[in-house]
Amino acid sequence: MKSIKEIEEIRIKKRKELDLRVNVNLSTKEKHILVCQGTGCTSSKSPEIIEEFKRIIKEKNVDNVRVIKTGCFGLCAKGPIVIIRPEDTFYAMITKEDCLEIIEKHILNGELVERLLCKDVDGTLVKKLDELNFYKKQKRIALKNCGVINPEDIDEYIAFDGYKALEKVLMEMTPEEVIEEITKSGLRGRGGAGFPTGKKWFLTRNVEADQKYVVCNADEGDPGAFMDRSILEGDPHSVIEAMIIAGYSIGATKGYIYVRAEYPIAVHRFDVAIKQAREYNLLGKNIFGTDFSFDIEIRLGAGAFVCGEETALLESIEGRRGQPRVKPPYPANSGLWGKPTLINNVETFANITRIILNGAEWYSKIGTETSKGTKVFALGGNVINTGLVEVPMGTTLREIVYDIGGGIPNNRDFKAAQTGGPSGGCIPKEHLDTPIDYESLKEIGSMMGSGGLIVMDDSKCMVNLAKFYLEFTVDESCGKCTPCRIGTKRMLEILEKICNGEGSLEDLRKLEELTITIPKTAICGLGQTAPNPVISTLKYFRDEYLEHIKYKKCRTGECKALAKIQIDPEKCRGCGICKKNCPVNAISGEVKMPHHIDEDICIKCGTCISKCPFKAIG
Amino acid sequence: MEKKMVNLKIDDKDVCVEEGTTILAAARQAGIDIPTLCFLKDINEIGDCRMCITEVEGRKGFATSCIQKVEEGMNVKTHSPAVMEARRTILDLILSNHQRDCLTCTRNGNCELQNLAVKFNVTGVEYEGERNKHNIDEISPAIVRDFNKCILCRRCVAVCKNIQKVGAIDCINRGFSSCISTVGDHSLNDVNCTFCGQCIEACPVGALREKDSTKEVWQKLKDPETMVIVQTAPAVRVALGEEFGMPIGTNVTGKMVASLKRLGFDKVFDTNTGADFTIMEEGTEFIERLKNNGNLPLITSCSPGWVKYIEMNYPENIKYLSSCKSPHEMYGAILKTYYAEKNNIDPKKIFVVSIMPCIAKKYERQRNELKNNGLYDVDSVITTRELARMIKQANIEFTSLEDEKFDDPLGEASGAGAIFGVTGGVMEAALRTVSEVLTGKELDKIDFEQVRGQKGIKRASVKIGDKEVKVVVASGLGNAQTIMEEIKSGKADYQFVEIMACPGGCIMGGGQPIKSAKIRETVDVGAERAAAMYSIDEKSVIRKSHENPIIKKIYKEYIGEPGGHIAHELLHTHYSEMEKYRI
Repeated sequence: MKSIKEIEEIRIKKRKELDLRVNVNLSTKEKHILVCQGTGCTSSKSPEIIEEFKRIIKEKNVDNVRVIKTGCFGLCAKGPIVIIRPEDTFYAMITKEDCLEIIEKHILNGELVERLLCKDVDGTLVKKLDELNFYKKQKRIALKNCGVINPEDIDEYIAFDGYKALEKVLMEMTPEEVIEEITKSGLRGRGGAGFPTGKKWFLTRNVEADQKYVVCNADEGDPGAFMDRSILEGDPHSVIEAMIIAGYSIGATKGYIYVRAEYPIAVHRFDVAIKQAREYNLLGKNIFGTDFSFDIEIRLGAGAFVCGEETALLESIEGRRGQPRVKPPYPANSGLWGKPTLINNVETFANITRIILNGAEWYSKIGTETSKGTKVFALGGNVINTGLVEVPMGTTLREIVYDIGGGIPNNRDFKAAQTGGPSGGCIPKEHLDTPIDYESLKEIGSMMGSGGLIVMDDSKCMVNLAKFYLEFTVDESCGKCTPCRIGTKRMLEILEKICNGEGSLEDLRKLEELTITIPKTAICGLGQTAPNPVISTLKYFRDEYLEHIKYKKCRTGECKALAKIQIDPEKCRGCGICKKNCPVNAISGEVKMPHHIDEDICIKCGTCISKCPFKAIG
Repeated sequence: MEKKMVNLKIDDKDVCVEEGTTILAAARQAGIDIPTLCFLKDINEIGDCRMCITEVEGRKGFATSCIQKVEEGMNVKTHSPAVMEARRTILDLILSNHQRDCLTCTRNGNCELQNLAVKFNVTGVEYEGERNKHNIDEISPAIVRDFNKCILCRRCVAVCKNIQKVGAIDCINRGFSSCISTVGDHSLNDVNCTFCGQCIEACPVGALREKDSTKEVWQKLKDPETMVIVQTAPAVRVALGEEFGMPIGTNVTGKMVASLKRLGFDKVFDTNTGADFTIMEEGTEFIERLKNNGNLPLITSCSPGWVKYIEMNYPENIKYLSSCKSPHEMYGAILKTYYAEKNNIDPKKIFVVSIMPCIAKKYERQRNELKNNGLYDVDSVITTRELARMIKQANIEFTSLEDEKFDDPLGEASGAGAIFGVTGGVMEAALRTVSEVLTGKELDKIDFEQVRGQKGIKRASVKIGDKEVKVVVASGLGNAQTIMEEIKSGKADYQFVEIMACPGGCIMGGGQPIKSAKIRETVDVGAERAAAMYSIDEKSVIRKSHENPIIKKIYKEYIGEPGGHIAHELLHTHYSEMEKYRI
């Protein structure tokens, strides 16, 4: 149990201790070695790195240095990442074997270990984190503390203004004022649909009930998306604090976080955070001595994509099969166990404390007319800097792909980017300059979605892409309603036919008909948006569909049944890379002479296509 | 409090309905029909088939009319071109994953999917594609599950889970692979199913059906060496006519007997007489337990689905169960002993067929406890539906048959036996006898109105002489569960409990004619059939089991005292705890 005063004392004391984390120019003997322990770096053995650093420090009796585990720094492509502060040196792709050198050279002698420094896309050595182009156009609000604090230490969170927003809300604001502030900020739901958060809070507050609930949706399921996971792993208290604030605002005393069991690190850190918050009485009865009480429980999802749909999520929390309910009634009126329930996504919550502390006006100045603030994206696919990025709304796709993402690897061309996962659509080259916000993305046939952003180069077949996403939805459909259960299956079957060169124009007509019926008739968002990948690829890449159907041709060679991989003798320089990489030795040719593929041996794996530096194979 | 009214427009028609009414119900009130498939009023209202979608002005997607409520000023279009087109596609999709072997399906002619196909003038299926393939589960003696025909409406799941509260089945797997199954995908035979058969009644298509026993009956009918005796349960006669287009609740006893004789049964007897035996035995058992501080309350045991339920779920309450066999089993035992002896027939050559409104009786019949001298009391059970099929197969014009009477001497039954087929009937029949035996006085009024009606649980206090007897009648296993919990927790102060597994009693049994969702929505089928049952009782000359002369005669000549040694051998049985999952 801690009073406001005691919390403030912790804040002041701890903040002083941690100033070197954010103040590059601080002159101090102390050094903090920050090691990323997000899921990505952890799977590249970053825990071993921490142990090794600790071992060496102990063995060599090094003073004034601490090793700290943090959440995600964002540039996952370069992981495991180690950052030394206060100077902000960025060491990339570190292994256990590198630790000794870092301690001896950097920590003890003050020299940079050049061979371990991160190289930017253009090859320049980067000495400080903020010199990296990757970070230059980013603005970290939701990810503010990720990579800065130890997520398993509540004092570190408190040091960086943690639970200050809660204090402000409980001490100085009425619930209505809080909701007003959130409404004025213009914050919209980050789970995908972009419903105004303040309005949702307002609607839930306005329903009278003996019990209400706050639910945090952490059932992140889009392929390639890991925004929410990273927030939970890097800054769990920001979500807890926001949930308490939400509870106060709508009149709820109980919160649930529904998180995928496949996120063990996030679950563990959130659990630790809840326990620590309870110890300080930031969760529990009479928070800060007020008559407001609130507590949070964790509920684990079993991996069904549909449980990210809010009503299916509620069913699952209640202990039933995760299947969506027909809306209306909306959860604001009848949610968990029939009680008014506020459901927000992790990233939405992560913005709340920042808004309360900095004011709605500050927040609403960031972003575009209709979409305020920032958005976190999980950048993946054919892009050099894969990782986690947070940009102000209105940033263009081109800026994300080229300035932040470093462009497309292997000298290939950008073809399209998929946003919104299986519910979203692809954005082609001609829309690279579209500012990213809810409305603009919708206008060009995609959607914001939860933040998965997958970049595709010109080796990707768009019919095959649509097929991939339909495979996903068919697999993840809960099976409750007819259009989703059978309709998406039929769509997939037609796409399979087309990819196998067996499709007809009649099939295309049927496919298009289903893209009209399914969105209108499916019960939940998953079914309603399932045809989106087909709709958007048909919109921008119809010619590819027609090629598959009419000429039985897949220009990328990805549709194996259609592939007839050939080397263009005009373009081939005879470098031999294709021959070297062919797994079945189907390629022959003399150096500097055009090469040739033996069709009988070729298994159409496409390796040569992607490896050819001259784009001579297709 | 008066309900608030809501004004809306449906298909340009002004409609005013109570607040909380669904769009579907409002449309039906206005005489506008909206097609449905998964909807089963009060049982399954989940909106998953999407047939009942409608357009609501100002709304993005379609509205699900079976669950979404009306709102003031709503403008609903139930048959706009967009709705019609979407419904058509939905139906096409459902058909694309359906077996479509209508000609050889038991539900041919009484199938809600087939009806929709006719209505929508379906001449082909556009979205042909992969179909789910399932093994047919026909291991159990009672229910066959053929999920190649299932359309995943989940009406069966709802009735099993929400009404019966058994929960033997639910949806497993995801997406296109979704199917209705049991724990661990085992046969219904090996899980907590009670074989009440309510799932069959709920199924709109042919995915669930009774295990057919007509073949074995035809075979025996053809065999000159076998004496095939048929007995018919009370509830069959008030429902059989429906299979031949007669109104719900028509009493067709005479035609039923006539048709059975045409089918070639050697003797046609009435299970109502068996019910009279049950009253004699159960009444005696009750009086004895009452007098000797035995296990009270006494709980009835005529419903085999119920018996299986208590054996699996409330073994601690088994001691309260009456040891009486169910009426048709008692009757079978009498036929193979008393009747065989009297008529000099080798009981081995008697084949007893029971026509039952019940699916669980098929399971009950083959229980090892229900044997006498190595012979099963009953050799085959066929349902009302199967009998109708046999009649049709024999080309008998049922509706124009002249009435005929049950065979003597065992065909005579009391009105008390007749009402066994309806919830509260066993209790009422027992009270008539128990009352008169205990007090030695004739009852002024023999109608026990307190235990009548279709309500799921009926509690009453009945005066027998100077004694107050607390009784409760529950039908449907969900309601049975409520009573069992009361007893288990010691809160109950009942002396006599009647339980029937099916909601409404045997008249609504799992073997009765299947009524479409629409009929069930508009007609109180249970009430209609029950009225017919009570009218049989009312018209009976003898209305108390103990006054039935044939009963008196058999006790005098053969059994001796009710509850005596021979009675116990022939008419009583025992129960034991059963594992819910025998896998």
